[in-house]
Amino acid sequence: MIEKTDVVIIGAGPVGLFAIFELGLLNISCHVIDNLNKPGGQCAELYPEKPIYDIPSRVSISGQELTDELLAQAKPFKPVYHLSQQVEKIEKLDSNEWLIMTSLNKSIQAKCIVIAAGAGSFVPRKLPIKNIDHLEEKNILYAVRNKSILEGKKILIVGGGDSALDWTNELSKISNVTLMHRRKEFKASPDSVSRMLDLEKNKKLNFLLGQIQGIEDLKNDKIKVIIQNNDEMEDFEVDYLLPFFGLKMELGPIANWGLNLDENLIKVDTEKFETSIPSIFAIGDINIYPGKLKLILSGFHEAALMAQECFKYCFPDKKNIFRYTTSSKELQKKLSST
Amino acid sequence: MKILVTDRDGNKQILEADTSSTLMEIIRDEGIDIEAACGGCCACATCHVYIDDKWLNRIDPIDDDEESMLDQAFDVKKNSRLSCQIHLNEELDGLELELAPE
Repeated sequence: MIEKTDVVIIGAGPVGLFAIFELGLLNISCHVIDNLNKPGGQCAELYPEKPIYDIPSRVSISGQELTDELLAQAKPFKPVYHLSQQVEKIEKLDSNEWLIMTSLNKSIQAKCIVIAAGAGSFVPRKLPIKNIDHLEEKNILYAVRNKSILEGKKILIVGGGDSALDWTNELSKISNVTLMHRRKEFKASPDSVSRMLDLEKNKKLNFLLGQIQGIEDLKNDKIKVIIQNNDEMEDFEVDYLLPFFGLKMELGPIANWGLNLDENLIKVDTEKFETSIPSIFAIGDINIYPGKLKLILSGFHEAALMAQECFKYCFPDKKNIFRYTTSSKELQKKLSST
Repeated sequence: MKILVTDRDGNKQILEADTSSTLMEIIRDEGIDIEAACGGCCACATCHVYIDDKWLNRIDPIDDDEESMLDQAFDVKKNSRLSCQIHLNEELDGLELELAPE
């Protein structure tokens, strides 16, 4: 089934969220797609608790507070969020509209695309070891999609954060689990840490101090992980290796859409923030133009100007009358409709 | 003041530094390939460097936040630091460091 909307926004970071508001003021409806499982982008994923001091009128606001406020501000316009998925392909339709397809097989038809993807989408950080690509999704899993394949297997989980500990606790019920971290301190919820330590005490799992130095394919569905702890090296044979080293950002499929790029940034004009492909816009940290500053407030400005141009694509026969939220009864009615 | 940086190919470069910057900013603004994805707020581990042993005791000690972020880095050593957390001062004139592998 194809869902229809006026604009698809790629990226639910602060700039993508404010774009919903600016487009909404002009009666333009939006769907928003993000690879993370929650809105907020870097603000919510990288620094939810860190204060931001350069949002106009906010002396100090945390990444999570900013996200929550932007979500509330966008809410009257009833945006539809498609989370935990990435835009994989776009296609121009005969109607001159776009068909946007995601990694979860969702298809959305829209008149414009707004790329507000920041530094790209968050993906698991991969091990910097050469010649192990063929083992990915086989012996090396950066995410667990199907827990049942791990049943009864020998597993090495590496990392000291929530993902590593949650999976250690979960999988120790059904598999032979060893957790390895470079130190015996963990940056995870205290509850998960104490559960893990209990399991270790009761010999339901093993804990190892160390770091991965190399990986060898043993060609019998097993791999040998070479572990270093201080100056000592040790080999460790396992069925599965699950490394959890946080997330990194990469541009992903957007790089292949034929947009005019400068390194990993999308070139836009400074009047409409449109890309080299008409009706595709780029706002926020992902774009580049002379004098660009990577600030959230620049992205907000870009969203407002982008929306003016989107109006022409969405309502080619209508005249766009510029109105202030302070004086327009119509806008006020819309904003109080939650 | 100056700092001596060894990049991932083993090339050594002398960089002009000033005390208003962090080590990461000096390296990044020189155009040396350091990702520093989060921009310097200690929220990623992509500005990971190894500080030369003889300088290790002269820089501000590592705090819990930085130690936790290093959990997301690879090849962490005793002299590992996140360069965005190192504020330069005149006493660090001549500081030697090496970029950690990506």
